[in-house]
Amino acid sequence: MTEEQLEKNFQDRIDAEQKIEPREWMPEKYRKHLIRQISQHAHSEVIGMQPEGNWITRAPSMRAKMVLMAKVQDEAGHGLYLYSACETLGINRDELVEQLHTGKAKYASIFNYPTLNWADMGAVGWLVDGAAIVNQVSLQRTSYGPYARGMVKICKEESFHQRQGYEIIAAMAKGTPQQKEMAQDALNRFWWPSLMMFGPHDSDSPNSGNAIKWKIKRESNDVLRQRFIDKTIQQAELIGLTVPDEDLKWNEERQSYDWGEIDWDEFYEVINGNGLANRQRVAQHKKAHDQGAWVREAAKAYAVKQKNKEVLV
Amino acid sequence: MTAQEILFQYCLRMGDTHNVLAHRMGEWCTNGHILEEDIAMTNIALDHIGTSRAWLIYGGDVEGKGRTEDDLAFHRDERSYFNMLITELPNGNFADTIARNFMFDAFALLYYSELANSSDETLAGIAQKAIKEAKYHLKHSSNWMVRLGDGTEESHQKMQIAINEVWRFTGNMFEMDDIDQNLADAGIGVDCEKLKDAWMSTIVNTLKDATLTIPENNYMLTGSKKGVHTEALGHMLAEMQSLARAYPDAKW
Repeated sequence: MTEEQLEKNFQDRIDAEQKIEPREWMPEKYRKHLIRQISQHAHSEVIGMQPEGNWITRAPSMRAKMVLMAKVQDEAGHGLYLYSACETLGINRDELVEQLHTGKAKYASIFNYPTLNWADMGAVGWLVDGAAIVNQVSLQRTSYGPYARGMVKICKEESFHQRQGYEIIAAMAKGTPQQKEMAQDALNRFWWPSLMMFGPHDSDSPNSGNAIKWKIKRESNDVLRQRFIDKTIQQAELIGLTVPDEDLKWNEERQSYDWGEIDWDEFYEVINGNGLANRQRVAQHKKAHDQGAWVREAAKAYAVKQKNKEVLV
Repeated sequence: MTAQEILFQYCLRMGDTHNVLAHRMGEWCTNGHILEEDIAMTNIALDHIGTSRAWLIYGGDVEGKGRTEDDLAFHRDERSYFNMLITELPNGNFADTIARNFMFDAFALLYYSELANSSDETLAGIAQKAIKEAKYHLKHSSNWMVRLGDGTEESHQKMQIAINEVWRFTGNMFEMDDIDQNLADAGIGVDCEKLKDAWMSTIVNTLKDATLTIPENNYMLTGSKKGVHTEALGHMLAEMQSLARAYPDAKW
């Protein structure tokens, strides 16, 4: 078959909503797009462990500590599924980690914001995981089989995390005046960055064209962002917190909220490395990785010795 | 001391022991050498915090003054903490953590296997759950003992240094004071002195597989049962308790 025929068959299968599996033919650009997207997603899960990990040693109750650790552990598990899904595309985890360290691969920019009080553990679960879910629910129908199946698993846990996050911030919003202040402060700091998680407006989104055609991406940035806003505003009102957007208004005609404008300068600054935590996040990952080199080498050396022993027996 | 006070104190010792070790394992989060190990160490932290909660909740009930697990965990200073010294030792490098955990895990499995026969139903229940976890913890730490001990020259050296450093804190796990003796005699607690031979044989066997040697220095440090600790504990508690203490009226 010619390249052209292969590509046509491929597109026909996509259009018929069939899943593409690892060993099947796929356009090189499809493979590259997926590697970029899935690895970015995996790195986001792993780097996302840090802002929450930041509060494990200060969690204010035994239960809170347990819930937080379990959550961070889930994120690590999501990272693993996603690295595995990515490896089915012919790249290995070492290369992916290397790309994270050199800055070639990105992760969700939201994690370049610092977590400064306990309410942030609520805001991260409620808003950041909440925004992620909207995106991920949509990705359950993505065209690449391993990625779609990974998303099904991940979505279940993420919606649990979102409820946990909301529980934290709701408890604080109902708590002492200082707790309420912390809860509002967390919402103020995380609201806009959460909206930024959906990426540029559709009109400015450079990677969307093929991604929609190949059904890697099923819905546009703006559609997903609006869905998140509409479902989150009421949750904020319910616990007496104010979303920091003066232009926010219910639009009866659209049955949806009108809202203000994202500070795109901030968005691009943070993506380009100028958030409060960018350097720290990658440096921390690299440090743990480098400091563990001797452990990985030892494990490898031990495995080789065991293998040689087996051969001798 | 009344029987109630004795049992309360006993609960604090074990509750603190697991809480402190859980905290140390929690500190590894995002610091593991590979993602799988981050997950494993957080898992272990979760087991320990669960066990700690069981002991402290029961301790609060036994004391009968309405103190919750959080009152006990977050509102006592180091001189009122009674965790085994070995659990408060800083994580150090991965070998240090593995050596510390291995010594404790080997103890914990034996300890809980005995405590499962306690005439106190709550303690027997805590033990039954903890046995399963201790088995997994011991498997994790002893596998790493062997891998690192018999891995590279560097890992072998690091592992041996780690064992030498932790060794003097192991005796504390087997110490018996009046409280321990009283509960052991009553069939409630465990006579830890009697666990020592079995523990030593676990250590000897694993160290042999790991091509490591048992330290010659047998001087053993003590103090935890009287609330005397290494300086590391105060820093841990300062961090652990900071938020809970800054807002004592808050519910989270």
